[in-house]
Amino acid sequence: MRWGVLQFPGSCDERDALQACSLLGEARLVWHEERDLVGIDAVVVPGGFSYGDYLRAGAIARFSPAMEAVAEFAEAGGPVLGICNGFQVLCEAGLLRGALLLNESTRFTCRQLELTAVDATSVELSTPEGAKVDNRLLSIPAKHGEGRFWAPDGVLDALEENGQVAYRYAPGQNPNGSARDIAGVRNEAGNVVGLMPHPEHAVDPLTGSTDGLKVFEAVAAAGVPA
Amino acid sequence: MTVEVAKHRELGLTDSEFELIVEKLGREPNDVELAMFSLLWSEHCAYKHSRKLLRRLPTEGERVVMGPGENAGAVDIGNGYAIAFKVESHNHPSAVEPFQGAATGVGGILRDVFALGARPIAILDSLRFGELDSVRSRHLLDGAVRGIGHYGNSIGVATVGGEIYFEAPYEHNCLVNAMCVGIAKQDDMVRAAAAGVGNAVVLMGATTGRDGIGGASVLASAELGDGDEAKRPTVQIGDPFEESKVLECCLELLEKGLLVSLQDLGAAGLTSSAGEMASAGGVGIDLDLARVPLREADMEPFEIMVSESQERMLGVVEPANVAEVLAVCEKWQTGSAEIGVVTDSGQVRVLHGEEVVGEMPVEALVDGCPLYDLSPAEPEGWIYGNRATLDPGASSGETLLALLASPSLASKRWAFEQYDSVVGSRTVRRPEAADAAVLQIPEAGNAIAVSIDGNGRRVACDPYAGTIEAVLECAQNLACVGAEPLGLTNCLNFGNPEKPMPAWQLDRSVSGLADACDALGVPVVGGNVSLYNEGPEGPIYPTPVVGMVGELPDARQACGSAFARAGDTIALLGPFSPSLAGSELAKLRGELDTGLPQPDVDAVAGACAAVRDAVRAGRLSSAHDISDGGLACALAESAIASGIGCRVDLQPLRERGCSPEDALFGEGAGGFLLSGDREALESLGATPIGNVGGTTVELAAGDRSFTVGVGTAESAWLSLRQRAEAVA
Repeated sequence: MRWGVLQFPGSCDERDALQACSLLGEARLVWHEERDLVGIDAVVVPGGFSYGDYLRAGAIARFSPAMEAVAEFAEAGGPVLGICNGFQVLCEAGLLRGALLLNESTRFTCRQLELTAVDATSVELSTPEGAKVDNRLLSIPAKHGEGRFWAPDGVLDALEENGQVAYRYAPGQNPNGSARDIAGVRNEAGNVVGLMPHPEHAVDPLTGSTDGLKVFEAVAAAGVPA
Repeated sequence: MTVEVAKHRELGLTDSEFELIVEKLGREPNDVELAMFSLLWSEHCAYKHSRKLLRRLPTEGERVVMGPGENAGAVDIGNGYAIAFKVESHNHPSAVEPFQGAATGVGGILRDVFALGARPIAILDSLRFGELDSVRSRHLLDGAVRGIGHYGNSIGVATVGGEIYFEAPYEHNCLVNAMCVGIAKQDDMVRAAAAGVGNAVVLMGATTGRDGIGGASVLASAELGDGDEAKRPTVQIGDPFEESKVLECCLELLEKGLLVSLQDLGAAGLTSSAGEMASAGGVGIDLDLARVPLREADMEPFEIMVSESQERMLGVVEPANVAEVLAVCEKWQTGSAEIGVVTDSGQVRVLHGEEVVGEMPVEALVDGCPLYDLSPAEPEGWIYGNRATLDPGASSGETLLALLASPSLASKRWAFEQYDSVVGSRTVRRPEAADAAVLQIPEAGNAIAVSIDGNGRRVACDPYAGTIEAVLECAQNLACVGAEPLGLTNCLNFGNPEKPMPAWQLDRSVSGLADACDALGVPVVGGNVSLYNEGPEGPIYPTPVVGMVGELPDARQACGSAFARAGDTIALLGPFSPSLAGSELAKLRGELDTGLPQPDVDAVAGACAAVRDAVRAGRLSSAHDISDGGLACALAESAIASGIGCRVDLQPLRERGCSPEDALFGEGAGGFLLSGDREALESLGATPIGNVGGTTVELAAGDRSFTVGVGTAESAWLSLRQRAEAVA
């Protein structure tokens, strides 16, 4: 598996994502001005503040040459994972439905929390050998100021009916007031996934948890490699 | 002449300083030159009231890679890598405009660290405000916390620790000290000294505007008072996105070996960075202001020279490399302009196109400011006032809850949850998990621990002993995670040094800092001085803030402060003889007075070594230093963090001569609260005092014995959020 991690000016978590991906295969950074994704099997749009995000989060990054390439890649069925700012970019680009608004608290919030992974037919979570606990509850940090997932009720209903809700905050752990505790969604085809929490910061037992690897593995399995 | 005199006074220069400038130049300075002198001869840049004292500090050690005088200090961490770090104040800007003041404080200290060629990996903050029941304090707290988060989160550097105290003397003049830690390949590091006659001087990063004009002299080197609102234009505006680009750009330039030297533009902007680079290198510099990219076309030469616009760096580049440097800047979409040249003239020459608008000997400008002796005088008794807030009839249990809820002691989760503590994938111990933050350093195959401490109230009680305690607390925090101190940075926040009382506090405090560092064998590798911290009601508590970096071989062994297992033995270690003098309880009772017990530094150093070795060997379940609020609060904190209670008998402390209250709530350096196997603790020489278990904190202390539920204690300890966000 060859991973490409986008790098915009203002990206913050691209090196962390690169490190996480390199645990699962080969990985390289893709500069925001690159259009060529040849040889890349899966794309990560990482967290941070692309181009400063002084406008609306992700509103400028969606116009970058690299994102144009990602849109084509996704259209062809390639797996794409958007994390935090990457999720915002994917929503702005129209690759995912919904929007990410200012946290209910109006404050940036950084917290280790638990997510429930919601299966869809196209996504199977890997089961670690010998796991006795419910492996669908993932311990992953979230850290953002604009992460309140919002969509009109009709869209929320549709997302739920179509199996497009990918991750929910565990009961009582919604850090931002997201509608229906939604932490992450996928597109209809299932190959594009975005979530606010940071799986790339949960790949090392020393820094807290390794549950994030399951998120990467699930995305890799969801796409049809180009 | 009278007009001229008024002008230099307005800029903060004394008449005799002005006369000295005239003598050194052999003529009167023009407006550009006067503006430049006034900044470089300010306290903030010249350390004219503190430099003589700072010579007492030990600055050398085997592991020191860079010491004072560089943009930041650096210590060897092994395998060809160094850890760079420094703490700096942004107090007055934050008191005037807390969000931008704190944000640019973070931005400034980040630049100091990457100017060395180090990638910033951690930020810590030390904040002081007035009491939390003041609307102004809550406004400053909220703005400063949001500002720190805005900058640090946006640029992607983890904020891993810090401290916040609330005390009335900071009501008008809050303190915002930010510390940055970075990692560098020693081969890629550069110094700030300009070198190589004929080399180009390149200005990188943001454009130059009218913001922050006079920040160093008007704001940083004078007392706050009436009309502070009018000083808001002297506060700079931060742009973390620009800094992120210029950071990556500079690190790429250094990795490619394209820079001879690098310096950030901080206080006094181009004036200080060009002047200091030339001074350090023993060379001259010509600058052409017509080539400086401006935000506003009609800026005067003096404005360009003193602008404190943020996110700018000054590099010295060999002529053959200039084109490549400009290309890397272009790649990162950050500005760059060749604005000058290194000369052998020994002069800072300021041109605007063909016209020379200023010309001064580097020596006079940078090193010519007179250094002053202080006229210290010890005050008679306690001068800061007392305000009792605790019911005199409070029981011991009620007292514990009041201490845990006291804003200075209560959990700061509300604040640090607003900071990204995990970016960079290094944070092994996050805020509140342990006494010090722990970051893994895979490059060197080990880890570092970082702590920042300073209790101004105790320094006010006894500047010498209180400052020693601040150093010892840092060392103890490091010991709790198994780290050995490598170096120290400090920020000395004091009142007006021209007045006898703050002068005495500064003098005694620096002596304490020097003696503590000598005894521990920890070199001071950098720091910052912030004087004139006074409001209409007088000076702040004298507040030396100490930041320490230590090394530990294996991050997995770093102990937390939470109890780990029911059934563990709890024990005390170290020369701990607590008293209520200067304590949080004495504050709540309105019984503050001068005087502290003198700490036994050597004995504390011995205890630190014993704890460090035991933690590294994996022999302890938890380790926590006994600090604000005394042993009872330390026990409650370990219990709250684990959700497991404890049963403890304080008889061993009573046998050391402590009253029941001293044993419960007394403070003082040197105490460690440990838990683990009884045998392991006893072999360390620790004194068993109880056991971990149950759902209550149960303390036997003669007639002051009591029991408090862990949940009840936790509610008190977590009460800051609600109080910080109170509207009216």
